[in-house]
Amino acid sequence: MIVETGHFALVLAFALALVQSVVPLVGARTGEARLMAAGGPVAIAGFALTALAFAALTAAYVQSDFSVANVWQNSHSLKPMLYKVTGTWGNHEGSMLLWVVILAFFGALVAVFGRNLPATLRANVLAVQGWIGAAFLLFVLATSNPFVRLEPAPFEGRDLNPILQDIGLAIHPPLLYLGYVGFSISFSFAVAALIEGRIDAAWARWVRPWTLAAWVFLTGGIAMGSYWAYYELGWGGFWFWDPVENASFMPWLAGTALLHSAIVMEKRSALKIWTILLAILTFSLSLLGTFLVRSGVLTSVHAFATDPTRGVFILGILVVFIGGSLALFALRAGSLTAGGLFHPISREGALVLNNLFLTTATATVLVGTLYPLVVEAISGDKISVGAPFFNLTFGPLMLPLLLLIPFGPLLAWKRGDVFAVAQRLMAAFGGALLAVLATLLLVDGASVFAALGIGIAVWMVLGALTDLAQKSALGAVPLGVAARRFAGLPRSVFGTALAHMGMGLSVLGIVATVAFEVEHITVMKPGETTEIAGRTLRFEGVAPVQGPNFTETQARFVLMQGGVSRGALISSKRIYTARQMPTTEAGILTRGLSQLYVSLGDETGDGGMVVRIWWKPLVTLIWLGGAVMMAGGAVSLTDRRLRVGAPSRRTRPSAVPSGAKA
Amino acid sequence: MRRLGILAAALLLAVAAAIPAGAVQPGERLADPALEARARSLSAELRCMVCQNQSIDDSDAELAHDLRVLVRERLSAGDTDAQVLDFVVARYGEFVLLKPRFNARNALLWGTPVLLLVVGGAVVFAFGRSRRRYASEKLSGEEQAALRRILDENGKGRPEGA
Repeated sequence: MIVETGHFALVLAFALALVQSVVPLVGARTGEARLMAAGGPVAIAGFALTALAFAALTAAYVQSDFSVANVWQNSHSLKPMLYKVTGTWGNHEGSMLLWVVILAFFGALVAVFGRNLPATLRANVLAVQGWIGAAFLLFVLATSNPFVRLEPAPFEGRDLNPILQDIGLAIHPPLLYLGYVGFSISFSFAVAALIEGRIDAAWARWVRPWTLAAWVFLTGGIAMGSYWAYYELGWGGFWFWDPVENASFMPWLAGTALLHSAIVMEKRSALKIWTILLAILTFSLSLLGTFLVRSGVLTSVHAFATDPTRGVFILGILVVFIGGSLALFALRAGSLTAGGLFHPISREGALVLNNLFLTTATATVLVGTLYPLVVEAISGDKISVGAPFFNLTFGPLMLPLLLLIPFGPLLAWKRGDVFAVAQRLMAAFGGALLAVLATLLLVDGASVFAALGIGIAVWMVLGALTDLAQKSALGAVPLGVAARRFAGLPRSVFGTALAHMGMGLSVLGIVATVAFEVEHITVMKPGETTEIAGRTLRFEGVAPVQGPNFTETQARFVLMQGGVSRGALISSKRIYTARQMPTTEAGILTRGLSQLYVSLGDETGDGGMVVRIWWKPLVTLIWLGGAVMMAGGAVSLTDRRLRVGAPSRRTRPSAVPSGAKA
Repeated sequence: MRRLGILAAALLLAVAAAIPAGAVQPGERLADPALEARARSLSAELRCMVCQNQSIDDSDAELAHDLRVLVRERLSAGDTDAQVLDFVVARYGEFVLLKPRFNARNALLWGTPVLLLVVGGAVVFAFGRSRRRYASEKLSGEEQAALRRILDENGKGRPEGA
């Protein structure tokens, strides 16, 4: 019954999405207030129904109801409860359902928080959300229905892929989707603005926080996915330039660009048309990512061709939404008025430069991801575009951007003085230079490139701190006054500084890990020791362990330094009983910001074992930097301007002693 | 382009995939550290043909093992890096290269970043110039007077910052 209720709720949600697609739109066209007002309640009810469908599927997983085909394929009665719940979205059908739930969630948020939006804008935004919702609900119902029953019901399920039986599955996909799908709000606002043919202050004030929220989630989702891959896959890599990763990275890059151009639009009402286009492109890349991942086209063009139902459906959605919105853009962009003026050397100018590099980087990743598919489709030749290509193209594109970041927030709006800003950044520059020299002198075998990389990271972190120091006039006024000013700085200033600092920390972690990582592959027997990065690792021995749905061989290691134990770690190999599938569970020991990473290989027969050991200096900064970026976004979201910034009110000049003063 | 492919595929496509226990085996390594380092960096550029998005440096598939040994044999025989790559491509086709070659077919791939940066930069520059000309147009005497009147009425100049 529960399952059928869920199924029925999903069908109802689809019907409501159709209503939401049409009624508010007609209302906005004819000026009929009652029709426009229908959008809100319908969006909220649609969310309630999709959430109910999702809860029904989760219940089927929790109860191990193997009469549901989806549960039978992806679950097992012995699976720990956490993975029964998270297994709900650990498969195609369930994850598409999660996608739809989150979309409906955002629609409901607009309905609830958008009460003070101009009525027509609100109606149009909800209608566009309704179109996306209807398209994907139909996709789920027609091609990926998770509620299909089996008759007769099997006794036992086929279990969830063991790699996914991890806490990462509980966090990574929901965060990622909150980001991915969150960009649909900016998209809907952009399309609504194009339908209305005007962009006002209310529009700008609304788009930035929604973009920011989606960006915070997507940042978290990507960082979490990276750490999950790092510890789960037993190889210690943190970014692989895999097409599936690129699929989530492209919306992040475009979303970051959107975030910055939205600032210009909000503060100076410039770059309006460009911001609209970016909002469309960002969500288009989310849709493209969904297509790439869901259609199977990445595995092989031929696999896609043999079972194209799902792929063609999403491709259709893709074409209609991307093509439609771009066509609308081409028709209407001309009627939008261009905004404020600014000198090339100004905060606006810096943000334009940011956009130039970020969009070029996005396009590079896009072309690199799609090129093999296109070449194969056209000529039948198979080529590969992998990490070496992306490192060679993406890296140099990011370099100037990273170097310029500290300048941006210090430049004044409208017309800035780049020399004055450079002077203020002297201390940060000195610190970075010191870091370069220290790296060259203190780290054995440090290359000039590695040292410069460390220098850039330090430059970004110190640059962000300089921004805060300058804006609280540290050194120019008595300390007490500076402290008061610091405390009184708008949250968005802290947000910017934190986000930029987080980026710097991530860069520091990446450079340190790539440049100074030590790898040691050897054969060890119990009781033996080996040296790595000035430390001694002792192999204590192995022990068999019985898990709930797997058997495991655990190897215990102790890290020694100067004859003193610095902690133990357990690295293991598992066999999951249901699928008879082996996995490796890396042993990780965190020391400060660095990690010792041990992964087990094959047994050698004479009681020895192949052991891969890595010392990864500062590796945790890669993800801590991501957390700091998220914190920056979150702090910025609590800015007074956004909380009280009711769109209907007039923009008051902000009290930020920002550019002009800094 | 390695194991994450498997994780991602497992997660997103829900396909079963075995996790390799690890790649380079202790016995495969060359005694000469310089040669071994070259072998490692070459291996990172070669695709494991039977895996999903893994280089042979990271894969423990049988074929990856054979290719790693082959690369090391060629290097020991005195081949340059380019010769080794040519040899492998002659055997397995260009699919084996994770970094596609510079050639006419791949012109768009390699050219896009440069092209976009140049064109985008030019557009931004042109936009900035036209805006500047517009912005620097002088106010007429009448407008100047009106501006002064408004400023005087408000008592002070522009709000600080913003």
